[in-house]
Amino acid sequence: MPTVELETIKAATREKMAHLQYRVLVCNGTGCIANGARQVYNAFLTKTGACRNLVSVKTGDPCHMVGLISQTGCHGLCQMGPLVLIRANNGFKDVFYCGVREPDVAEIVEETIKKGRIVDRLLYTNPQSGELCRNPGEIPFYARQNRLALAECGLIDPESIEEYIQGGGYSMLRRAALEMTPREVCELIRDSGLRGRGGAGFPTGRKWLAMLEQPGKPGEPRYLVCNGDEGDPGAFMDRSLMEGDPHRLLEGAMIAAFAAGATVGYFYIRTEYPLAVQRVRQAINDARRLGILGENLFGSGFRFDCDVVEGAGAFVCGEETALLASIEGKRGMPRHKPPFPAQEGLFGKPTVVNNVETLATIRYIMEQGVSAFRRFGTVLSPGTKTFALTGRVRHTGLIEVPMGTTLREVIYEIGGGIPGDKKFKAAQIGGPSGGCLGETHLDLSLDFENLTALGAMVGSGGIVVMDEETCIVEVSRFFMQFTQEESCGKCVLCREGTKQMLALLQDIVDGTAELEHLSLLEETARAVKAASLCGLGKSAPNPVLSTLTLFRNEYLAHIERRLCPAGACQALKVYAVNPDLCKGCTLCVSKCPAGAIHGEKRQAHRIDVTSCTKCGVCATICKFKAITAA
Amino acid sequence: MNIATATHTQKSSRQFLRVDDILDRFHHNPAKLIAILQAVQEEYRYLPEPVLSYVATRIKIPRARVFGVATFYSHFSLKPKGKHIIKICDGTACHVNKSGHLLDLIHKKLGLSDKKRTTDDLLFTVEKVSCLGACGLAPVVVIDERVHPQVQTAHLTQLIDELMHEEE
Repeated sequence: MPTVELETIKAATREKMAHLQYRVLVCNGTGCIANGARQVYNAFLTKTGACRNLVSVKTGDPCHMVGLISQTGCHGLCQMGPLVLIRANNGFKDVFYCGVREPDVAEIVEETIKKGRIVDRLLYTNPQSGELCRNPGEIPFYARQNRLALAECGLIDPESIEEYIQGGGYSMLRRAALEMTPREVCELIRDSGLRGRGGAGFPTGRKWLAMLEQPGKPGEPRYLVCNGDEGDPGAFMDRSLMEGDPHRLLEGAMIAAFAAGATVGYFYIRTEYPLAVQRVRQAINDARRLGILGENLFGSGFRFDCDVVEGAGAFVCGEETALLASIEGKRGMPRHKPPFPAQEGLFGKPTVVNNVETLATIRYIMEQGVSAFRRFGTVLSPGTKTFALTGRVRHTGLIEVPMGTTLREVIYEIGGGIPGDKKFKAAQIGGPSGGCLGETHLDLSLDFENLTALGAMVGSGGIVVMDEETCIVEVSRFFMQFTQEESCGKCVLCREGTKQMLALLQDIVDGTAELEHLSLLEETARAVKAASLCGLGKSAPNPVLSTLTLFRNEYLAHIERRLCPAGACQALKVYAVNPDLCKGCTLCVSKCPAGAIHGEKRQAHRIDVTSCTKCGVCATICKFKAITAA
Repeated sequence: MNIATATHTQKSSRQFLRVDDILDRFHHNPAKLIAILQAVQEEYRYLPEPVLSYVATRIKIPRARVFGVATFYSHFSLKPKGKHIIKICDGTACHVNKSGHLLDLIHKKLGLSDKKRTTDDLLFTVEKVSCLGACGLAPVVVIDERVHPQVQTAHLTQLIDELMHEEE
């Protein structure tokens, strides 16, 4: 196969792009699709008659390309979707529209694309100042971020390898393969201080070196595995990266393979993420087609090929040894380490396992150098981290901030604060393996050391914000239920211990617990933490232990007073109609999904306690405030 | 081999033609077991027990290993699923935004529970899923692959009513 010429592809793509007068980037992240982004995209195609896809346009094609409409990965501001970014070549600045619906497209084409005028009502309004923001840089949500891994996510067409190359893609792979030795690459990454973004934060460079130094038999395969399983509820960073910039991930993986001496790669991706599976698969095929993947890459003698493996829904497969078992077609059960995967991994061969975000950061470090990377973050946790910001916060979405940013900045400045003037109560960070941070931790710098010291962890980076209406005990129960269901059952403490903890928490939430429950719960939690085999069991008690420290009073209120201070626990709640206020309008009768409300017109109604699901619909719709929970 | 078994084998190999295609596609490779089961499930919409036994025989691994894998991963189902699949996301963000109410409501409405997930007429299957990665739009409900963002109880009732109406 002839050596791939990145410059030729770059020049040809640039040539095609040069004629563009405008570029429309329609966010195609999962959130925006759910809000109708596909229809918006199609409307742009029909209204402009533009050629949709750069790849399909051959040089000299009669279809003169004036505009390019692309579906991109996640822009990040999920809640305001569908999002549309319009860039133009003629000195016209970027325009960022949010909440775009299909009928708005005709107006955008007419006004913005043809006449260069702004459609004010589709702009983002700064909730504090009331100002309209024209481009992402003016929006506080984006202004506070530093995007290294997400640099081009949302700005390029993830299905076009040409566009990725045009932006400098794969040249770092070429540099590594032609100008550096594997050891030099490992040392560069080690010096950058990059730590694995999957949760535990192991130094990436050291991991690669360990694999590189591992003796192997000549001719035997050595593996690179990219962990794209992301089973954490409340996290979607890896998904967004795989969907939004798959080539950056692939390039990172190939550099990692070169550095660690791997020849075969697997991307292990959740089957629940069909778009991510499709995009990564396409990226691999396109790279192979251009000769970027395969034998003798760039004439360097380095060879590498890879494939996608779909996971089948097991949280424990985030644990690297379990993940490897799953790729081998077995039950995803973890095993003892050592031997580490670098020594004995997939099919018993040396294997390096890296997280999606870690690999997506590699290109930046190679391009900008160690000191540029170390400008961000703290001394021990350099660089940036992507977080999925969700829950009771105004702007939910995908963000990337330097390590060491405080929780206050994340929630109030980027997230725009808590909606509905509610009070901040806690932030759950790191998913079911993480812990809760309270008000006292708002100014804490978010990095590996600080969080671990508090019994929480960076985890995969989900931040779920809770306000005063969220019951902390119930959330702990929820996480315990999750880990209990997901425990693989191999070791007794994890299998039985989490089950007992769940039962204890269930009693507390149901209002049937005694004071002894608390000490028993703590004791069991410590035992599970101390004696479980893998990370799942070791971290499963984190949510419980951290909330027991921070919100002990809430646990006590449930036990001693049979009261849920947040008013959230179903069992401690009874809905009733106040006969003095009820006018018998029958609105609640018609809206009750369980058919639990009975009564004649103009006479006071009553709620049948046995069939009531306590959903609270009646209380919210009653115009006379006659229905309340007690 | 007696005649009875021979006919039986012939009959079952006809029955499993599609499975054979799948097995060929994955070169009868035991390391591809999960991918094979995913393909089988796509074909049948669940994993019928005879097919699992057949797969075990053909790729020459113990039946226990095939069943072990099929029951380990939550993506696999050994029971037939309904025509419409309703997935209620119960990730943290959805949970904090009260997805539990949605699940209770739909269970009550269709007469289902955590144990019984499919209606007797095989029209609906309700699944609680751990996270769909659309947390920005919590709570999320997916009905037949279509994602519905920020679903409220009244909205869900309406969606289900429409589906039931269609089926009548």
